Amino acid sequence: MSTPTLGVWKFTSCDGCQLTLLDCEDELLALAGQVRIAQFLEASSAVVGGPYDVSLVEGSISTPDEAERIQRIRAESRVLVAIGACATAGGIQALRNFADVDEFRSVVYAAPQYIDTLATSTAISEHVDVDFELRGCPIDRHQLLEVLTAYLAGRKPDLPDTSVCTECKRRGLTCVMVAHGTPCLGPVTHAGCGALCPAYGRGCFGCFGPMTNPNVPALTAQLRVLGMAEDEVDRVFRTFTVSSFERER
Amino acid sequence: MSTATIDVDGLGRLIDVLAADGYQVIGPTVRDGAIVLAELDSVDQLPSGWGVEVGPGEYRLRKRADTAMFAHSAGPQSWKQFLHPAHRKLWSTDAEGNGFVPAVEEVPKYAFLGVRGCDLAAIGVLGGVLAGGRHPDGSYVRRRPLFVVGVNCTEPGGVCFCASMGTGPAVGPGYDLVLTELVDDDGHRFVVDVGSAQGRRIFDRVPSREAPADEVGLAQEAVASAAGRMGREMPATDLAEVVRDSRESPLWDDIAARCLNCANCTLVCPTCFCTTTEDVTDLTGEHAERWQRWSSCFELDFSYLHGGEVRTSGASRYRQWLSHKLGTWYDQFGGSGCVGCGRCIAWCPVGIDLTAEAARLSAAAKGSVDVDR
Repeated sequence: MSTPTLGVWKFTSCDGCQLTLLDCEDELLALAGQVRIAQFLEASSAVVGGPYDVSLVEGSISTPDEAERIQRIRAESRVLVAIGACATAGGIQALRNFADVDEFRSVVYAAPQYIDTLATSTAISEHVDVDFELRGCPIDRHQLLEVLTAYLAGRKPDLPDTSVCTECKRRGLTCVMVAHGTPCLGPVTHAGCGALCPAYGRGCFGCFGPMTNPNVPALTAQLRVLGMAEDEVDRVFRTFTVSSFERER
Repeated sequence: MSTATIDVDGLGRLIDVLAADGYQVIGPTVRDGAIVLAELDSVDQLPSGWGVEVGPGEYRLRKRADTAMFAHSAGPQSWKQFLHPAHRKLWSTDAEGNGFVPAVEEVPKYAFLGVRGCDLAAIGVLGGVLAGGRHPDGSYVRRRPLFVVGVNCTEPGGVCFCASMGTGPAVGPGYDLVLTELVDDDGHRFVVDVGSAQGRRIFDRVPSREAPADEVGLAQEAVASAAGRMGREMPATDLAEVVRDSRESPLWDDIAARCLNCANCTLVCPTCFCTTTEDVTDLTGEHAERWQRWSSCFELDFSYLHGGEVRTSGASRYRQWLSHKLGTWYDQFGGSGCVGCGRCIAWCPVGIDLTAEAARLSAAAKGSVDVDR
């Protein structure tokens, strides 16, 4: 079997998710032995042309150019994995979807006429077929390795679509909402982080976005019981995965 | 009558004796704003002077006026995490074709200190499920040679209902030693009953005095009065029948409107036993492992068959859980799956109350029977 090729692609994003790949320090040498990194500008300026066996796609689609470029990458990729809150939900920049992008443009930029942007910031899956999605801001290192090792072994990756609570309870953590009264989005948020924030006594802020069929209205009622004002409830759902949580509210 | 009394130093000595005998002593201690279960080296780690205020979806530590160590009800964890771990390796294999190598587990010899009536009943239920059939779970069996120091409950919590499930407040059979804590003008002490030969063997090494009749009486009164101070009560009816009659009840949708499907109730339940497996491979493809982890009927994937999930609605998933716990568990395992510890009520982030929902279903089922007749 020839060595599979890996491409890492960036759209509208901060690069944090693709850097998770470099963060896999203990596994990096083994990974480099199993795949040929054909395109990964954060690591090397050497670029090999397609097609690619696996493409990791970071970032959201927020410009006309990106909307075209993702089509080409899809066409050149056997397996396409959208990585991170931007690629899977449009990211924090999707706040524009609920506002007037022309107004933003005129306020933010000195010469707005040079800014060529779409009115919305959208997930990769709204433009092309996506084989797997890794959620989070940033993604979880273990989930990234899981999807790559699963590909190499020819098996389905284990990416549970359950609440963060399931990971919290398996770790034996004490619920911050029940025991401390700390608002937490864990009960409606997609698992995958290993309950990182509750492990440090913080409420989950939902960076993995909603799980499938979350009951966001029921959690919202409880957030109010815990003393959150209406604008605070709005803000807690309008962060890194604003567009997907807004669909569930 | 083998009733004796020990003081706090005696309890400390009991921990030392168990440790010297090779036991890993697990008991309650304060951590992260809750009373959790952890390994104990010393009596000082017990939650002396700490109580809890518990309600649906709410749990708070409260400082007590006395030094009681066991005046608290169930916390966020249960003994299940030691007997049926949340995550464990089943086997490994490699590309060399050496076959499947079962995981070798280092299982400590556990001594559980502070086991309540509800929780000892839960250990029994879990054992019946995991080790009672024709194919006992080896992992559970290896963990089960327990030393159980029970504690009769004198301070039930706001979501407790062991009295109506018949599992407490007195600890039932199966303990090696059982303590009843007394804190009053005569001091802080524990009335001890010995329940087994291994209990006797250990307790003989702990300095104690014979318990006078009035002290034994005080202890019995404290436990008896706890039965009347339960925060909750399960309706006294045939719940298996209620569950059977409630299959199409509109109440399931009503509950589902509040239920988060987060799975917390099942994961904190001391008898919920479901697991799933995950396969892990390394980057080289030379090594593969299969792991088991806790799963829940509230997870969408739990009912995944070919092509999709069977229980997609929240109503169907809550119905599955409650119906199994209170109803079909009788058919499957010969008893109730609920022991009345109240954890599912306290640790539900939105405070859904199993006893209240069972009472509503029961009332509705009775109503419909009357109409039909």
